Amino acid sequence: MKAGYRKERIDRGIKARTDDIFAIASYREILYLAGPRIFAVLALLIFPLLANITGMYWQTVAFIACIIALLSLSWNLMFSVGLVSLGQAFFFGIGAYFTGYLDRFLGLSPLYSIPLATIAGAVLCTMIIFPVLRLRGIYFALITFALPLFLMRIIEATGMLGGTEGISGLQRLPGITFSLYVTVIAVLAVTFIFLRLFDTDYGLVLRAIHDNDMSVLAGGLSVQWYKTQAVFIAALPATFAGALMTLHYRIVGMPTFAVENSILPLTAAVLGGPGSFAGGVLGAFILVPVSEMLRAFGTLRIVMYGIMLLIFVVGLPEGIFRYAQRKYFQIERIVPLEEEKK
Amino acid sequence: MFESMLVFGLVNSATLLLLSLGFSITFGLSGVANFAHGGIYLLSGYLAFFLIRTIGLPYFIAVILTIIITAFLGAAIYKLVVIRVRGIVLNEVIATFAIGICILELFRWLGYVTYEYSLPYIVRGRFTVLGTTLDYQRLLIVVVALLLAVFVWYFTHRTKTGMALLGMAQDEYTALAVGVDSDWAATYSFAIGGAFAAVAAVMILPLGIININLGYEVLLIALAVTVLGGLESTKGLILGCFILGYAQVFTSTFFAPHWKEAVYLLAILIVLAVKPSGLLGKFKELEERV
Repeated sequence: MKAGYRKERIDRGIKARTDDIFAIASYREILYLAGPRIFAVLALLIFPLLANITGMYWQTVAFIACIIALLSLSWNLMFSVGLVSLGQAFFFGIGAYFTGYLDRFLGLSPLYSIPLATIAGAVLCTMIIFPVLRLRGIYFALITFALPLFLMRIIEATGMLGGTEGISGLQRLPGITFSLYVTVIAVLAVTFIFLRLFDTDYGLVLRAIHDNDMSVLAGGLSVQWYKTQAVFIAALPATFAGALMTLHYRIVGMPTFAVENSILPLTAAVLGGPGSFAGGVLGAFILVPVSEMLRAFGTLRIVMYGIMLLIFVVGLPEGIFRYAQRKYFQIERIVPLEEEKK
Repeated sequence: MFESMLVFGLVNSATLLLLSLGFSITFGLSGVANFAHGGIYLLSGYLAFFLIRTIGLPYFIAVILTIIITAFLGAAIYKLVVIRVRGIVLNEVIATFAIGICILELFRWLGYVTYEYSLPYIVRGRFTVLGTTLDYQRLLIVVVALLLAVFVWYFTHRTKTGMALLGMAQDEYTALAVGVDSDWAATYSFAIGGAFAAVAAVMILPLGIININLGYEVLLIALAVTVLGGLESTKGLILGCFILGYAQVFTSTFFAPHWKEAVYLLAILIVLAVKPSGLLGKFKELEERV
């Protein structure tokens, strides 16, 4: 940019007109506001029906993208209360092992084992994390990073829950279209619920903990108790993703706790913009297809996630979603500085 | 039995101290948690291996070169990446974590995981103390760990550079007011952290093969020790190392070796429940635990 000039951002005219709900006067304005959302929802709902056109491969990729999207939603909720997690695989793995256990040893049908594993898994995760909720920032991050590795080690060493071989031969789900629809609806529902949750007074408290937990403490609210609730809510989509993934592949093993399951949702969330729920989902749907194309490179993919994380954290910390949102609502122009005008 | 536990506990504690000192120095002096510490540790191990085995440099030249290169690498990580996200704690964490992951997984992909990748002993031979046979390499670890700890104390309390860094750590604005450059201090602390990681790698890696997962474990060790001992005191760090070191030896003697990792988490949990500021920490629990 030339010296003496600055970049100015102002709202587009249509944005200014449609900001107030009463001003919506034409289809064009309604479309401007609702269009992107309707497009995203419709795309997600129609994609599973196109199995004949896209082929099974891309249906499976979409399924994995939805799973990662659920994990990144979970990461984002924890981020929104100031808890940075480096181990989303912990929630995922607990949900997965719960389902495997309920299915294999108690013989429950998926109709019962998935909801039961989701809720029981979330309760268990919350109980495990509860003692370290006093920690913030890096300490909490390191603990969450350690937990899945630790559980992996325990399962490997003691040989419980199938040990290194895992639990296999679980009951069959009706098929990829069914699994995909369940995850798509889950992603949409969780995104909607989380967005709404953060508009309520309850969400206001959660956001305040992220911004300044001392002020929440001063307001006479228990930070620890709210964080506990937030962890429980955040654990739900992650354990659900684990449960569904387990039943879809009909096997659960130690790889559910692998570093990749932690770093993929993290990268997706950072890519889309930390703290923005829709951004995390968008990030997952960009990242997972790219990562599947790179599957031939083996573990080099994890290096690429790392590089991607680095680029986005340093170069575009707001994330693609907020960037796109800004471009959609505002125009940018170069204007002279105030002094030059005189 | 008891004597051997005593001896190996000491060696284990010294190992933990060597591993966590670099992390703790960087964190203490610049306030940035260097999550790439484990990656730097392994990288310096491979660098030393490369210099000794592939290029064929004499051992001590290779070691000194490794330490210097790693120090520069640490400084480069700060200058190129961390400086851009400094102050935003969560971004610092994610950025350094990403660097660490990149280093570790790159080596895993390159296939540097077999038995040929090991560093040579500095001194061969073994001796007997308290009825326990110990090799000189392990003795050297104890000596070097103690020397480094003394050096850290001397550096931060008696040299001008060290005191400037310490001042930066205690109160950034006051230090700025008397003319200490914040970025200079942080670069310095990253370089020292890198150099210490390299020293640890050269000392400890000869005892086994170079294993990628060590890189992740080093991070956990550094965390456990800093939480246990209290953030702001070197004494606390040493105390934390001794407690964890002996606790580990105790568990692997009386239970099974694979419960060793459980000790870290258990120690963290107990300390947080009883004294959240760490054993020798003075800060309040919620405010300072960032």
